[in-house]
Amino acid sequence: MKRDEQLMVPAAEFGSYYGRPVIKEPVWGAPAIPGYLFLGGLAGASSPLAAVAEFSGRPGLALAAKTTAAGAIGLSVVALVQDLGRPTRFHHMLRVFKPTSPMSVGSWLLSAYGPAAGAAAACAITGLLPAAGRVATVAAAVTGPAVAAYTAALLADTAVPAWHEAHRELPYLFVSSAATAAGGLGLLLVRPEQAAPARNLALIGATAELTAKSLLLQRLGEVAEPYQSGRAGRLMEAAEILTAAGLTAAAVGGRNRIIAALAGAALVASSAFTRFGIFFAGRMSAGDPRYTVGPQRNRKDRKDRGDRGISPPPAGKPARAPAERGDLAAAR
Amino acid sequence: MSLDPAARSGYADHPPRMGFFTDTSVCIGCKACEVACKEWNGVPEDGLELTGMSYDNTQSLGASTWRHVAFIEQIDHPGQPRWLMASDVCKHCTEAGCLDVCPTGALLRTEFGTVVVQDDVCNGCGNCVAACPFGVIGRRETDGGAHKCTLCYDRIGDGLTPACAKACPTESIQFGPLDELRDRAQARLETLHEAGVAGAQLYGEDPGNGIGGAGAFFLLLDEPEVYGLPPDPVVTTRDLPRMWRHVASAAAALAAAALISGLGGRA
Ligand code: SF4
Ligand code: SF4
Repeated sequence: MKRDEQLMVPAAEFGSYYGRPVIKEPVWGAPAIPGYLFLGGLAGASSPLAAVAEFSGRPGLALAAKTTAAGAIGLSVVALVQDLGRPTRFHHMLRVFKPTSPMSVGSWLLSAYGPAAGAAAACAITGLLPAAGRVATVAAAVTGPAVAAYTAALLADTAVPAWHEAHRELPYLFVSSAATAAGGLGLLLVRPEQAAPARNLALIGATAELTAKSLLLQRLGEVAEPYQSGRAGRLMEAAEILTAAGLTAAAVGGRNRIIAALAGAALVASSAFTRFGIFFAGRMSAGDPRYTVGPQRNRKDRKDRGDRGISPPPAGKPARAPAERGDLAAAR
Repeated sequence: MSLDPAARSGYADHPPRMGFFTDTSVCIGCKACEVACKEWNGVPEDGLELTGMSYDNTQSLGASTWRHVAFIEQIDHPGQPRWLMASDVCKHCTEAGCLDVCPTGALLRTEFGTVVVQDDVCNGCGNCVAACPFGVIGRRETDGGAHKCTLCYDRIGDGLTPACAKACPTESIQFGPLDELRDRAQARLETLHEAGVAGAQLYGEDPGNGIGGAGAFFLLLDEPEVYGLPPDPVVTTRDLPRMWRHVASAAAALAAAALISGLGGRA
């Protein structure tokens, strides 16, 4: 759908069935699913950071990033399994491979990435099998970004208006939020002498995140509302303040241990808030028929007008003359 | 988009596509379809509430509601007040979002072109619930699995009519080969238009629509949203190729950002 179609939606004039939602609210739960989005991103961006740290001779940062990645991905898999309606059947995820299902693609990605991230961390912590550790580090670094990015398709490939309509921007927002979190955690955990790549990643991530967010809100038109109101709005706002504060602090005082740690903590928190905000915005947009009906009605009216080449009915009025009861009886 | 999803799903030799035509202009709101569906399919109770929504205490389709009769009281309807009733059901989409996103393969296309959940495969991930543009499929609290109308797969395989259509006393719910139903619906629409029922319209049947045409379509007397139906649904997976492209470039950008971050030499 093009942007101008949404901007033309009249604010309150839409029909509905007793104000009830047209689509189902996602049954995915909080904190499990937004938590997974955050942890998966944190892990997925920590792995390339770990590889960069390792191969640029920063073992402290490499160890921290590998441990973070393994811990985060382990936790996130627990969250995913626990959110299933039938957790004992989690392995059914690997019955088939379906490119039309982001969840299927993601399950396969996780089963490649998870063990690699785990092995990389295990070798780094124990100091055993350094060669295998290097292979695992590279494997996790290569698959990690895909883990951080695919969750955008997972949300966007739904009927949920605030997620689906954001399908162009969400992948970029998700990877930048992931970079913010991974860089931020590096700043928090590692001494500034070793933390340069984490600081750089955090700066790039936070800047990109702020940009992606404002693009998303601009492009969504009316469907941006769920991101700006209620619980989601408060979370997104808090995230933005934390991102900006963390970004500034990391840029200015990132070489001071205390300031760097504070900046890092703010950035990690901002990434989590962003994920929760996006999650709740989607839920809200699904629960309010306005966001489903408004853009569709508008699109349909435009199509119908095009088809029949006549001028549109006034907004909110029935398109055609209503039926009389007598006519109905006659038509039987 | 062809109206033969069974062939696209690999059934070389298959029966004609079967479906429902629900003609709401003759619905009397008796809810026999709701009851017959529950009885035949062993669908559990779905809540006993008094909603104040006219005679509708069922409220919406869901895991334990596979037929739902909507009641709309139009008191200020020009001419004369009217009471609309419509029995809603899974659309058995030609391009089914639920089926596309299901990661386990639990949702499947039958030889009749219908869409069915295999309960022994479903792990309750809930992806289908978020993907259906009509809010049809739901996850049941009690067993954690996703459920919806099967178009009585067990009955039609034996040459029987689905329970709801069988029970419908006014033939508002008609079952049959989709081609026949489409002809019948067109004729009925013309009759109604000739009789001056100008608001009458077919809903979901157009193969050119956003779901490639529904296997269960409707004749409505007002706009779809009045009945709680989306006016112009588009299956979400039509945009998936574009989503994957953006995911790929975003992932590449993240990898590049990490590499750039490491520039500036060794510690
Ligand atoms: S109406 Fe919903 S549940 Fe039924 S086939 Fe279409 S997408 Fe699936
Ligand atoms: S809940 Fe069951 S049917 Fe629905 S997508 Fe998940 S595995 Fe498939």
